Amino acid sequence: MKNILECHNLTKKYGQKTALDNISLSIETGKITGLLGPNGSGKTTLIKIASGILSADGGEILAGENKIGTESKKIISYLPERPYFTPAMKVSETIKFFKDFYQDFSEDTAEEMLKKLDISPDAKIRTLSKGTREKVQLVLVMSRKAKLYLLDEPMGGVDPAARDFILKTILKNYNENAGIIISTHLISDVEKVLDDVIFIKNGHMVLHKSVDEIRSEKGKSVDALFREVFAC
Amino acid sequence: MDWKFNNDSPIYQQIMEQIKAMIATGILKAGDKLPSVRELAIEAEVNPNTMQKALSELEREGLLCSKRTSGRFVSDNPANANNLQEEMMMDCVKTFIENMKKLGYSLNDCLRFIEKYWD
Repeated sequence: MKNILECHNLTKKYGQKTALDNISLSIETGKITGLLGPNGSGKTTLIKIASGILSADGGEILAGENKIGTESKKIISYLPERPYFTPAMKVSETIKFFKDFYQDFSEDTAEEMLKKLDISPDAKIRTLSKGTREKVQLVLVMSRKAKLYLLDEPMGGVDPAARDFILKTILKNYNENAGIIISTHLISDVEKVLDDVIFIKNGHMVLHKSVDEIRSEKGKSVDALFREVFAC
Repeated sequence: MDWKFNNDSPIYQQIMEQIKAMIATGILKAGDKLPSVRELAIEAEVNPNTMQKALSELEREGLLCSKRTSGRFVSDNPANANNLQEEMMMDCVKTFIENMKKLGYSLNDCLRFIEKYWD
């Protein structure tokens, strides 16, 4: 299978602190991969480098055949930890914004999903709750026909019912020609939608395996294994 | 269909067991057409690759068959449902007997309990 993301010896430092230490990994097209690790392990740093927001201090990263830059941004759809729209914007304006920015954005898909969520296009972002803002952002990100989706904590601020909606939205909108990376610590919620999981700890990759392998080899869930590996 | 998953075994195996149970109990009948992999995956909220794997395995076991253009069906073999039902019955009985033995009951005790509480 083709790789949609490859990192070779990727390193990132913030001053004295090493956030990513020589990470090498590859993500296959058609797979949903969970990027799992405790707070401060380097998950967000890795996603931000792949999306082109941060640059690495060493090593190489490729999305498809492209180096990270203008070309890679055309095929990568990135959901940040926090929604970034100004409070004064209307929901409909955020849709226009995305349409302007991304050729692969489908307005129809976005409008249909917002309707299902009962979110009015005329609502101003400022009037929406934190959870609803996150949903709007996810709808926009998943309405692109991207090759790689980078979702940083897609369920951080929403209630359990909305989590189910978010998982369904992710499943519905992705296809076998795309890859998805989901960073999260809500493992038990996402476990059943994942093909593979990557554990990272202090900027090192400690494991990259399929969920099936973990369950059949260890006889326990990824959630249980995570608690073991990262026990404090 | 109502899907439930536990934490002990691979999800695809649990999907297989649940589809087998549906065939055994007649919820799925011989010749019934199954929804697409994608639809089933979304319904069960599992990864489409996982659903695909479960269905392929069931096909390999002969319980499902796919026709190239029209989709996937429950196999037309009337013995399947009976065999599956018997398999599941055996599992239930084995677990029951093991548990009752652990609790220290005899066969006669068990028979007495079953008669008493059957209804």
